[in-house]
Amino acid sequence: MALQQVAIPVPSHESDEPIGKLDSYEGALGGVTRREFLMYCTGVAAALGLSPALGVRIANATTSAARPPVIWLSGQACTGCTETLLRAHHPTLESLILDQISLDYHETLCSGAGHQAEEFRRRSMEENHGRYLLVIDGAIPTGDTADYCKIAGERFVDSVTRAAEGAGAIIAMGSCSSWGGVPSSSPNPTNARSAQEVLPDHTVVTIPGCPPNPYNFLVTVLHYLTFGELPALDQRNRPRFAYGRLIHENCERRPHFDAGRFAREFGDEGHRQGWCLYYLGCKGPETWANCPAIGFNDIGESAWPVGIGHPCFGCTEQGVGFTKSIHSLATLQTVTPPTAFPRVVEEQGGLGTAAVGVAAGVAGAAVGAAAVLASRLAKHGPPPGEAPPEQASPDDPT
Amino acid sequence: MTLNRRDFLKLAAAEGATGAAAVTAVTVCASGEVAAQDLRRDPRPMPDGAVGLLYDSTLCIGCRACQVACKRANGMPAEEPERYEAWNGGTWDTPTDLSGDTLTVIQVYQNGTMEVKDREVDGYAFVKRQCMHCTDASCVSVCPVSAMTKDAETGIVSHHPDRCIGCRYCVFACPFGVPRYEFDNPFGQIQKCQLCSNLPDQDIPACADVCPTGATLFGHVDVLEAEAQRRLAANPGDRYRFPRGTLMRADNGGAPVTDRAGHEAPVAHYRDEIYGEEILGSTQCRMLAGVPFDLLGLPEDVPTTSYASITEGIQHTLYRYMVAPMLLLGGLVVFAYRSSRRHRPEDWD
Repeated sequence: MALQQVAIPVPSHESDEPIGKLDSYEGALGGVTRREFLMYCTGVAAALGLSPALGVRIANATTSAARPPVIWLSGQACTGCTETLLRAHHPTLESLILDQISLDYHETLCSGAGHQAEEFRRRSMEENHGRYLLVIDGAIPTGDTADYCKIAGERFVDSVTRAAEGAGAIIAMGSCSSWGGVPSSSPNPTNARSAQEVLPDHTVVTIPGCPPNPYNFLVTVLHYLTFGELPALDQRNRPRFAYGRLIHENCERRPHFDAGRFAREFGDEGHRQGWCLYYLGCKGPETWANCPAIGFNDIGESAWPVGIGHPCFGCTEQGVGFTKSIHSLATLQTVTPPTAFPRVVEEQGGLGTAAVGVAAGVAGAAVGAAAVLASRLAKHGPPPGEAPPEQASPDDPT
Repeated sequence: MTLNRRDFLKLAAAEGATGAAAVTAVTVCASGEVAAQDLRRDPRPMPDGAVGLLYDSTLCIGCRACQVACKRANGMPAEEPERYEAWNGGTWDTPTDLSGDTLTVIQVYQNGTMEVKDREVDGYAFVKRQCMHCTDASCVSVCPVSAMTKDAETGIVSHHPDRCIGCRYCVFACPFGVPRYEFDNPFGQIQKCQLCSNLPDQDIPACADVCPTGATLFGHVDVLEAEAQRRLAANPGDRYRFPRGTLMRADNGGAPVTDRAGHEAPVAHYRDEIYGEEILGSTQCRMLAGVPFDLLGLPEDVPTTSYASITEGIQHTLYRYMVAPMLLLGGLVVFAYRSSRRHRPEDWD
């Protein structure tokens, strides 16, 4: 199990934080032991770049009685974002929705149906006004075509707007709700928009990806539960811990790129050798995500598109995924000068102090020698134009 | 022999006048545009099967695969830093310029904030330096022992170390600063790009072979020229199918052939000029860029005719049938004979 791979020591006895309820926690996570659970929490802390000691705080937060309610709304989505969440193993989905959060409404996962489910959503939103977590997956059709997505007789754009009013935090799960995704691709017949475009007055945390890595979502949620605030975000409101670097920077095939070893066709020698896929259209150099670092499905390294030999197609990146053709070449984002390239005219060398000293010494010696020579000439030779008559040549016509 | 002051001065004046006259004559010939153009020999034509490279700066992503491939193909070592601290201004793993161990190098033009590629102000642009394979090459012209040769069929300028005497005239003659001498080697040689024609394992130049974007394209010069014209004619932003690797003349005279899949990308804003087309009697390697070429370290303030055609024209006129040297030698002999009459032995005649 992947949990055991998180080999970070758990300093539980050293922390000042109480861990009382954890002692009776064994078994509550579907067979996960207390030790495994603490290791998981510490792993989450590590993923966030936090001190391992904060793992205990995360553990306390996730086991507190007041599980935060979550309303999950799906619009123009393929349910892939839910599917990816179902494949998370630490925590497993059932422990997440039964023990850590209270998933009050999710069209795919809720046990109720029809009026019952809708009524439960309405009641939850009323009772938890101002503190529930709103998760949106799928793009939102707007304008004249807003009718294209209706749930329980309500236009999706309206349910999103209404749910956002009482939300403590809003997370857009997947590329569709983050920036429009597939539905917004040209010609965009439904006038699909992202959650942020529909909710301009709210901060919408975006977890783009098609699907996104479930841990990017889970870690964001756990950060919110633990600290009561969202993790650090970039200019597109993506959590920095997950989207702070280009795929190209952490790609396991990067050395092949640097050495100019490119697979030119699927199945050719270079492709079989695991060479760089840039030539085949890999969008890693212009896509910000942690795919190569974290992998998918908890089956170890290389479990991501580039790892299995297909070029990244930039699913997380607006203007790249579902926009550029798969085999068109990426525009590199990491080559921005000045650090990596020699300038057209590169200054070489320069005069050191010693060189200047030697040159000055040589010049001084030359000047001195010239002065001595000149004084000797003045002593031994006649002044110009005043040649004594006895030194004139006999056959000189003058 | 005794020489009094007065004689010495007279002699000096006479010799000075002779020398000055000779220098003046040559200077007038060389500096006078009309005289130089009159003396210019006909430019060398480009061979029918001339091959070259088309480097498109706007396509270059700066991956430096060409540098690595070039070194690997030519068996040239990496240039090591003397000490590992901010070597080469922080570039660390790349040579800064062409050298005896580096036949091609990617350099960068940078300005201001360097935000946008291929923009002159607050932008940056790449340039690939390598031999331009001039149609009428200065290095071939100046080589006193024909160690630098231009292939009659492909026009590739090659270097033959077994003939080379190491005078390094080619190093100083090249307007692009391409031939480099291995100064760090006591038995150093001249090194320059030969489009991999010197490597039996290499069908096409290694740099063009490895380039992932087709920024460096190998092919017949006329085909590359047509391709460059097509790119200039396209509207910026248009989708364009860029070939990769090679673009060769078809045997049957049809459309140019390439041996691998190209890629589609938008056309960049080009400078409306193909570098190498009209300078110095044309070069077989051509370049396209989005910024002025002189910013990329490529000389633009150069004549359209080759230096070799002018210098060879003057030199070959002066030395035609050895008339001028014979006259000069004869004059010197007469002058020397007359000057020495006072000091001749009595029985000299």
